[in-house]
Amino acid sequence: MEAVIIDSGGANLASLQYAFERLGAKTRVSADAQEIAAAPRVVLPGVGCAADAMERLHRGGLARLLPSLTQPVLGICLGMQLLFERSAEGATECLGVLPGEVQRLSAAPGRPVPHMGWNQLDPSRADPLLAGLEPDAYFYFVHGYAVPAGELTVATVDYGGTLSAVVRRGNFWGVQFHPERSAAGGARLLGNFLTL
Amino acid sequence: MRFRDHRVVGDIMELASRYRDEGADELVFYDITASPEGRSVDRRWVQRVARVLDIPFCVAGGIRSVADAEAVLNAGAEKISVNSPALADPGLIDALSRRFGSQCVVVGIDSRLTGQGYRAFQFTGDPQRTRESGRDVLEWVREAQQRGAGEIVLNCMGSDGVRRGYDIEQLHAVRRVCQVPLVASGGAGEMSHFAAVFAEAGADAALAASVFHSGAITIPELKRELRSAGIEVRL
Repeated sequence: MEAVIIDSGGANLASLQYAFERLGAKTRVSADAQEIAAAPRVVLPGVGCAADAMERLHRGGLARLLPSLTQPVLGICLGMQLLFERSAEGATECLGVLPGEVQRLSAAPGRPVPHMGWNQLDPSRADPLLAGLEPDAYFYFVHGYAVPAGELTVATVDYGGTLSAVVRRGNFWGVQFHPERSAAGGARLLGNFLTL
Repeated sequence: MRFRDHRVVGDIMELASRYRDEGADELVFYDITASPEGRSVDRRWVQRVARVLDIPFCVAGGIRSVADAEAVLNAGAEKISVNSPALADPGLIDALSRRFGSQCVVVGIDSRLTGQGYRAFQFTGDPQRTRESGRDVLEWVREAQQRGAGEIVLNCMGSDGVRRGYDIEQLHAVRRVCQVPLVASGGAGEMSHFAAVFAEAGADAALAASVFHSGAITIPELKRELRSAGIEVRL
């Protein structure tokens, strides 16, 4: 078993499991604190609302466990946002693993919100999670909230401002896009995660 | 992709893989007879499709409740699209977006110009039961967004199946009241139609079925054409 996918109660864990399955990797979906603590790698997915997701993590005792993990952790989309201190989505206190705040994207003509679609990344620094990616690879984004680029940002995406597409501090990584639905580039990134 | 029942799952898998390999950015699966027949769909194919697709996909048809939507999303779909059931019970949009977030709630609208302007139609999967919903399309687009729709797919019935191009005028009118992604549907027949709907109607995405199924247009050549017209696409 190469990674545990945290069952945070949201839907859409299957697509992530299938993406790892296509890489030949075995994963388990779990909400069990012991199993998560013992996993070689942990994925925090997230589809839904920040407040709901945090409530579920608190209920299962995972909100306390997650910041203490020392193995590689990958937050995806809402899962990445939950790693920060708080989210403007429902004024939610999040896990606080990473400093900063998740902000609402604002719509403008030619720039609808949610941001939905395929974008290229602009790397800010080298990181093993992005190793070997084609420079022109596109990734699938679908989100209404985002973290502005900051010092933990590894790669940015431009959508009405420079947003964090990939962040990292120590053993915690976060990606705003959905690697499990980002064709070859996404598969490469998830494959990289399995080598961390 | 429009299909009627599980007997064609083999075709669905084949088409899904083909479009994935050709570089489609998203697939939408329509079970167009689900709503008029008042049934939910056999969803086993969703899981099979989710296993092979590494691009996002949306399931439309017969989703009448949070539980229906949950089954489809848990099986691996990114988005669910509601049309007739949302017209019957607009609160469904609120319930779905509260539970799953706006980003996976698509509201599909079948629209046609009538003497009263653009009107939304229900049960368009069955010509016998198709009926005008009593709703003005522009009003409905506004309301759907307020209720939490994260995307609008506007299927212009007047141009659907005719292959003479998207209904630019109508899409442009909807664009002006639509702050969420707007997907154009109905009317694609030539590659120039796609370029026009992006440039002239301001659509965020264009959906087409028959021109791709028949091979009249292939996705790689379409994308190259769009790129050379200055429209950013994933190649």
